[in-house]
Amino acid sequence: MNDPMIVARANLLEPAGLTMADLERVLSELTAASVDMADIYCQYSRLQSWILEDGIIKDGAFHIEQGAGLRAIAGEATGFAYSDELTLPALIEAARTARAIAASGQTRRVRIQPKQVGSLYPPLDPILSLADSDKVALLQRVDAEARRADPRVREVIVSLVAVQDTVLILAADGTLAADVRPLVRLNVNVIAEQDGRREQGTSGGGARADLGYLLEGERALGFAREAVRVALVNLEARPAPAGTMTVILGPGWPGILLHEAVGHGLEGDFNRKGSSVFAGRIGQRVAAPGVTVVDDGTLVGRRGSLNVDDEGIPSQCTVLIEDGILCGYLQDRLNARLMGTIPTGNGRRESYAHLPLPRMTNTHMLAGAHDPEEIIASVDLGLYAVNFGGGQVDITSGKFVFSASESYLIEKGRLVCPVKDATLIGHGPEVLSRVSMIGNDLRLDEGIGTCGKEGQSVPVGVGQPTLRIDGLTVGGTRRGWEQRAASSLALGD
Amino acid sequence: MPVLTTLDTAQDLAWLQQIIEDLLKEAKRQGASASEASVGIRTGLEVRVRLGAIETIEHTRDRGLSVTLYFGQRQGSASTSDLSPSAIRDTVAAARAIAQHTQEDPCAHLPPPERLAQAVLDLDLYHPWSLSIEQAIEWARVCEEAGLSYDPRIRNSEGASLSTQRHLHVSGNSLGFIGGYPTTRYSLSCALIAQEGDEMQRDDWWTTARASADLESPEAVGQRAAQRTLARLGARRLKTCEVPVLFSAEVATSLARHLVSAINGHHLYRRASFLLDHLGWPIFPAWMRIHEQPHLPRGLSSAPYDHEGVATAPKNLVRDGVLETYLLDTYAGCRLGLPTTGNAGGVRNLRVEPWPLRSLPAFAGMTQGVAGLDRAALLRELGRGLLVTELMGQGVNLVTGDYSRGAAGFWVENGEIQYPVEEITIAGNLRDLFAGVAAVGADDAIPGSIRTGSWLIERMTIAGE
Repeated sequence: MNDPMIVARANLLEPAGLTMADLERVLSELTAASVDMADIYCQYSRLQSWILEDGIIKDGAFHIEQGAGLRAIAGEATGFAYSDELTLPALIEAARTARAIAASGQTRRVRIQPKQVGSLYPPLDPILSLADSDKVALLQRVDAEARRADPRVREVIVSLVAVQDTVLILAADGTLAADVRPLVRLNVNVIAEQDGRREQGTSGGGARADLGYLLEGERALGFAREAVRVALVNLEARPAPAGTMTVILGPGWPGILLHEAVGHGLEGDFNRKGSSVFAGRIGQRVAAPGVTVVDDGTLVGRRGSLNVDDEGIPSQCTVLIEDGILCGYLQDRLNARLMGTIPTGNGRRESYAHLPLPRMTNTHMLAGAHDPEEIIASVDLGLYAVNFGGGQVDITSGKFVFSASESYLIEKGRLVCPVKDATLIGHGPEVLSRVSMIGNDLRLDEGIGTCGKEGQSVPVGVGQPTLRIDGLTVGGTRRGWEQRAASSLALGD
Repeated sequence: MPVLTTLDTAQDLAWLQQIIEDLLKEAKRQGASASEASVGIRTGLEVRVRLGAIETIEHTRDRGLSVTLYFGQRQGSASTSDLSPSAIRDTVAAARAIAQHTQEDPCAHLPPPERLAQAVLDLDLYHPWSLSIEQAIEWARVCEEAGLSYDPRIRNSEGASLSTQRHLHVSGNSLGFIGGYPTTRYSLSCALIAQEGDEMQRDDWWTTARASADLESPEAVGQRAAQRTLARLGARRLKTCEVPVLFSAEVATSLARHLVSAINGHHLYRRASFLLDHLGWPIFPAWMRIHEQPHLPRGLSSAPYDHEGVATAPKNLVRDGVLETYLLDTYAGCRLGLPTTGNAGGVRNLRVEPWPLRSLPAFAGMTQGVAGLDRAALLRELGRGLLVTELMGQGVNLVTGDYSRGAAGFWVENGEIQYPVEEITIAGNLRDLFAGVAAVGADDAIPGSIRTGSWLIERMTIAGE
């Protein structure tokens, strides 16, 4: 069963006794003469999760969700209804409710044509890719590895999630597309204690693959060692500096910078409405020369990748910024149509019960020429941040934050000591204009990102090489750190 | 076209109750020694208007059931959006399959029977509103128009939206507990964009209530959104400094939420809280009280019993500045050697208030709290410092209490607002922030599930230019 369409029919239509002709009839019902766009999104999703705590498999859960979302658009107005019953009468009723947005008119007969989709991941069910007893054994090995790594490790929590998401999309323009999206994720959280001080470390990763991905090269055990390493580093952390300084961001997950500083601001909806700081700036310089940022949904097996988006448009690699010049937005069908451009395969939704929005997939910056060691050595006084928690952006003012969870003070080109968690804040275009060195070490994150917008969560990826930014505000507690630098250097050794 | 007319609530509740009974019966049939289950239906309408035109009309209808099975001290859970009889059987079987691989956990059990709610208190949470789509659109239109016409510098809008929700929920367990009740919830919000020169600022306002009559008027919401947006124009940065900080009421609720997280039993037994081992210790100034009011009529998070069926009751989380209780469900309580506090699923309506002064030795020599100050008096008390009206990001480490978040607000000198500020961070440690509350105002911003006035904090580090 390597064809997603066959899997989608088996998972979605056959159990419900529905045929493709039934769905064509519902689509025709949804598509009145005055409707500009309409689509049906059928979804069947299975999720299994396991959690280990205190060395025992404490809990597990299995979740099934299915339904169909029906949308009709007339001009800029969207009518939307959904049903968790995949039956013809329920779908017809939802279609009539959704199309009430358009002035009444004759229904139009729609004929659908299946669309060939890519194969960035196999249409498998990762829940079935490993026996439950082997999943449990994997969690126990991860737990043992974390506890073995250091006696200061006090608590270990390991969680494992596997999802198979099957979607079938029919649109009034004749689109028929199916996608079967596997997703796995393992997370490790440890608490380490020393002399009454407690700190945590988190690590994890995943992919659109089967659970074998976590076993390759002891990947899962690597996450355990990494979580312990971060917790132990934090046990030594000193108060973070406060103020504006040179900041070096490590490769990989710190690419959350791009997600917040430019990615959201380039989503089509905000630009059509003129509410983004980037609105109307195509062709203008918004970043330093050498900065090229892409959103690429076509990377094999990546957490943010999609064969087709949730509107049946094939994923693509969209160049957002090329050599510092703004050149593109991320579009779904609605905003592309209203802006007179084409969709970029970025129409995504959390589920059938949510409306599609322009969203990112895997957003990253291309590599530059500098050796990462050379970038660190170039800084007289600054911060080197390698790990982050979440971030947030105000797309209208351009202000964004992201919170460092592992960072170090740099003095005279050397890392001096780890410092405590601190939020970094800046203005998107300004910060990107201050990128002065780009590393040759492009890396993507481990597959841990989830992006929230208008209450909808979708899995995403980020990535970047090591970057030097000449001036970013670091929200620590230690003032006057420049003056005291000499003494901290002594303490650091 | 009417929506949300009074559907037959009694009939729907009876249906959901039957599903719970079937689930518990099926769990027993499949060999579970104990079980608990819940089921809910949520229906509603959300309309959004932008620049006077309809943007979206969404009809929402979510259903779901979940079940947890216990086989001795092993447990497994499963859930689905399908409420059909075959789904009941399959979901119980899925939970049973999970439980075959979980391990003996001495704390995995149902609450003590004597703690279960004996009756479902009527907390006045259900207020159907027969509102047509056209009327809903009109509410949103009037709201946005009040904002757009407020000032010529309001140039753009993200729209105004009205949402309605009717929720029926029934839960039960194999100890004989079964309960259910309907609730309603309505929200109106508006987000506007102001422009002056090259500068563009966005802000919003909202109102939410159990009964439509308790919503702020659409005009008031639109105007307040406009005022908040305009006030941000001309924002500057600040030099890095250490000053007192006033958290306005709408953001002070986040500080109360950090307390709630830090005393949540699940964080405590995992040793993941800076308030571990603080029960009975002073953590706030002696004049502060934080009270949980789960039975508040029409309260946004009122509930007669918690997610496990344990009866809820009003209590102090903090009295005379002392931490009086953790927030525990049966499992976390067992892990900490304490009984459940009826907080499975969280805390239900908090009231933060200054309480009659009573000095404790721990706080001798500290700035005395000042009760009942309005906004102007709070600003005078602040003197020279930062008024925070927006927080950004997640920079709170509950394990250590370290706090570092993005902020926007206003610079205050001589007790008066000077100019808006942005692109700064505020940082400190929650332990110091809590102990350093110099005043709690009487200026409640919104009747949400956490009611508090503004909090004046003695000192925090601001990072800026």
